[in-house]
Amino acid sequence: MPRLSARLMRELLPLLSLALVLAAIAWLNPRAISYLGFTLMLNLAVPIALATVAQMFVIAGNDLDLSIGPFVSFIACIGATWLADQPVTGILLLAASVGIYAALGLLIQWRNLPSIVVTLGMSFIWQGLAILVLPKPGGAAPAWLQALMNAQPPLLPFPILATAVIALVAWFALMRTSYGAILRGSGGNKASITRAGWSSLQIKAVLFAGAGLFGVLSGLALLGVTTSADANIGNGYTLLSIAGVILGGGEFVGGVVSPVGAVVGALTMALVASPLLTFLNIPPDWQVGANGIILIVVLATRAQIGRKAKTA
Amino acid sequence: MSKALLSKPWIWSFLGAAIVFIAAISFTGGTGAGGMITTALALAVFMVVVGLGQMAVITLGPGNVDLSLPANIGLASAVSMTVMNGSDGLVVVGLTAALACGLAIGLANYLMIRALRIPPIVATLSSSFVVQSIDIAYGRGLQIKPPPGFAAFTNLQLAGVPVCALLTILLSTAIAVLLRRTVYGCSVLAVGQNARAAWFAGLAVERTRAITYGLCGMLGGLDGALLAGYFQGANVDLGNEYLLSSIAVVVIGGTSVAGGKPNVAGIWGASLFLVLLLTMLNTFGVSAGVRLVATGAVIVAVIAAAGSRGAAAPGLK
Repeated sequence: MPRLSARLMRELLPLLSLALVLAAIAWLNPRAISYLGFTLMLNLAVPIALATVAQMFVIAGNDLDLSIGPFVSFIACIGATWLADQPVTGILLLAASVGIYAALGLLIQWRNLPSIVVTLGMSFIWQGLAILVLPKPGGAAPAWLQALMNAQPPLLPFPILATAVIALVAWFALMRTSYGAILRGSGGNKASITRAGWSSLQIKAVLFAGAGLFGVLSGLALLGVTTSADANIGNGYTLLSIAGVILGGGEFVGGVVSPVGAVVGALTMALVASPLLTFLNIPPDWQVGANGIILIVVLATRAQIGRKAKTA
Repeated sequence: MSKALLSKPWIWSFLGAAIVFIAAISFTGGTGAGGMITTALALAVFMVVVGLGQMAVITLGPGNVDLSLPANIGLASAVSMTVMNGSDGLVVVGLTAALACGLAIGLANYLMIRALRIPPIVATLSSSFVVQSIDIAYGRGLQIKPPPGFAAFTNLQLAGVPVCALLTILLSTAIAVLLRRTVYGCSVLAVGQNARAAWFAGLAVERTRAITYGLCGMLGGLDGALLAGYFQGANVDLGNEYLLSSIAVVVIGGTSVAGGKPNVAGIWGASLFLVLLLTMLNTFGVSAGVRLVATGAVIVAVIAAAGSRGAAAPGLK
């Protein structure tokens, strides 16, 4: 029973953070809490949520991906050029990118390398490739991508609907399938998973391929929102995605992740990043700083409540 | 080369630096070799100083890293240049101010990690946002040129060797001695290898962590002042490239990312390697995109070839 309630707390805490931020926004500007308000405030939440899920796959196996931001930039650049002009080549390039991610997982597992350094190196490579593909900001998102990201479904705003689907898919894949349990288990106790007959190479490749796939989706979603790309467009996502996973109740070691929490964490980050600050009338000089302070407050609150739940 | 030498984790970074240097020299046909070394040493200094701080923090164990160094460098450069106020008589006061500024940031990082229980990677990231804002608000419309004497000093050479590089070698030696020969240093290594065991052994685990984050912050502050002197002025983006490179030099240099195993010599090798790599690509005249791809490919290749986690820390796991 105590184990179960600890897990419940883990799922509930991110929601609490999100509710807190939403309450602050509602108090500052009640009109923001509406169909149009959410559509505008959360338009960048979809790519951030996808990048956060990508990061979560890597963190589930006790690794860290420092290259996801530049990777998202690279995908957005491919989307705005190749995918728009020559769809077949574009799709092949996107598939190859996921393949490179899987190969990276294999390399890290095979040579027993520190993922931080390998992905650090990869971040230079993706950044360089993004600049080579699109030296100057520009390009154009394929029409279908723009149409999808600007959809206005009835009742619920598109970002809320889309992030709910993302959370559901990630939750099902990692928490409700037996292979998902194996994947998380590789972060918890790799030795016992390998002794049970599972290939650690395959597990790592699947985790990284998952990260690559969601990274590709994140880059495309970002491009759909912004309609044109530049080589630095997604660079901030590395740190946003890590913060989202941790905010969502994930931990750096032990295969402890929460897909729903991570998506909620990403939503919180997206709201904190700009709408909340706009409503607070923070001068531009202090916006980044206010971001940092809110992040600190939210994380500290989470840690305090989490500790109480553990000792209680 | 003897087997003992080859088994040293730092040897690879120096080998890499030598290979890159030879490649660059053979491309230019031997011209400008001396100048290339002088410039490389001068630029490597800035990477070594932050690399040493990052190394100490990473040695504290898994998860420990300081992402606030770039913001720290930016703010300390502005603070030191303001305090010096263009006057050579105030250089020492300005340097002290830079160190104090860095120390304050380092200790604030530690407080967030300790008192608020935020994981270091997110704590230092959040603090970097705050520090960056302070820098933007504070640095606006300020006199930020270095005093002429200080600027000249940071560019001073002795027979082709930058004086700053010589002083940084002294600093590196001091830090190596600090880590290997003092109670504090041994505590850092012990905490990095197993914090729980270190605590049971009666070591002051938390004090060790506090000092280390403070030390790293001070080195960041020092780097900010030196950079502002060398590049003739402070600005917010001065430290940006040191976010990734401070971590890269630590790991390429053979320091264990699992903690508990620092490597001071490797910081020098890796810094020279990265700086010379950029110099080589510049002499080849490649575009920015190709330069980034090549740098990344080399980092991945070096790590894949030499830096297995198991091999880097034999008998530790």
